[in-house]
Amino acid sequence: MLHRRNPQLNANGELIHLLSIEGLPQAVLTQILDTASTFLSVNDREVKKVPLLRGKSVFNLFFENSTRTRTTFEIAAKRLSADVINLDIAKSSASKGESLLDTIANLSAMHADMFVVRHSESGAPHLIAQHCAPHVHVVNAGDGRHAHPTQGLLDMYTIRHFKRDFTQLSVAVVGDIVHSRVARSDIHGLSILGVPDIRAVGPKTLVPSDLREMGVRVCHDMAEGIRGADVIIMLRLQNERMSGALLPSASEFYKSYGLTPHKLALASPDAIVMHPGPINRGVEIDSTVADGRQSVILPQVTFGIAVRMAVMSTIAGNAA
Amino acid sequence: MTTLQLDAEALYVELREGLRGLLRPESVLVGTWSGGAWLAERLHADLQRPGKPGVISSTLHRDDFGSRGLASGSDATSLPFAIDGAHIMLIDDVLYTGRTVRAVINELFDFGRPASVQLAVLVDRGGRELPIAAVFAASRIVLPASQKLTLARVDDGRFSFAVRTQS
Repeated sequence: MLHRRNPQLNANGELIHLLSIEGLPQAVLTQILDTASTFLSVNDREVKKVPLLRGKSVFNLFFENSTRTRTTFEIAAKRLSADVINLDIAKSSASKGESLLDTIANLSAMHADMFVVRHSESGAPHLIAQHCAPHVHVVNAGDGRHAHPTQGLLDMYTIRHFKRDFTQLSVAVVGDIVHSRVARSDIHGLSILGVPDIRAVGPKTLVPSDLREMGVRVCHDMAEGIRGADVIIMLRLQNERMSGALLPSASEFYKSYGLTPHKLALASPDAIVMHPGPINRGVEIDSTVADGRQSVILPQVTFGIAVRMAVMSTIAGNAA
Repeated sequence: MTTLQLDAEALYVELREGLRGLLRPESVLVGTWSGGAWLAERLHADLQRPGKPGVISSTLHRDDFGSRGLASGSDATSLPFAIDGAHIMLIDDVLYTGRTVRAVINELFDFGRPASVQLAVLVDRGGRELPIAAVFAASRIVLPASQKLTLARVDDGRFSFAVRTQS
């Protein structure tokens, strides 16, 4: 029987695309995190740029808008000396009816070396990786509800930075888990890195029960979910979810699941509070907590650049 | 197998004594990760230099990135002094093609503009592919390209050389 290789890895087990954290060996994750710490120190230099991707062209393909994520990829690629081309696909070819693979074929003819892809359809980056030329690398910058692997990796970097050892931790992921590609990537990352206690916390309508099969503890009670946690990852409550039947109202959600100083007191005294941004103050997180001493939301942003540099340089250095 | 015998400890003493006459009072030692960094650390202590020695990695400026990719992330540069105006003595275990030294000099200049940069090594094995020379080499030998010479450090801090034949 043919053994199907993980499409993100080459025959030597090296990372050539980053499509999802799921299924990656722990050693690959650890190497990216180690490499990211090297890049973090590049910010302290007089010359905040290294020549690893000099002469390479990185195309940011955002089929779905996200100024923040696109900017962090752009900064990361520029610090690696790549040429960066931003394409707001939502406003161009796709709206003229061009198919995804035709768009990719055209951009490949412009000698792209790397595609950073954000798409509302799960699996779009995977499809591109399967059809692009062998020397082209693909990074998933968020696809549908599927995965947001660089966010997951930067969350793992943040946790390692503040907590050092994954194997003793209790981590609570709180909020709209069912619609969150960040939650999915985080849960895969945490479990690959050996976190023994992963909790998914939120209302029944927003937490898929099949998470239990991944070894995740599902909690619908906030107090139970964050009690004794070392790390709390709050997710953004997407406004569009509140119009439907999934949630009564934002204020109702805040009352039950919003992270207030009172609720945070239930967690471990040195617990860190994370959030992928942008934050909704007074919906999923109280301002006092977001700006408080346990919040590491802004360090996450700084680490995000270094982690994206690590991902791009790692895959660019490995041949298909 | 090879019959080449290199006494790393004896060469270390030669390097240490050679550097005594070459270092200015204000010179700083910077060792190339990893063998050069071990040497710089021990030289720094034995020569009673002030402050701390630096460690420098070639990873971010290597010219074989496209074919070799990134090495592990454990070899970060650490330069605990100002580079602007510094007289730098780079220390490496083996000088061969000169490509690592070229990358390391680029790395150094990312931190500032040194007043001077010199290079001292334990072994110069010839085979240069770039116009780079050491101001001091404790030993000069010729090895075929198929052989790889690496410095090892045992638990008590003593050095030894390993020669491996690459297929």
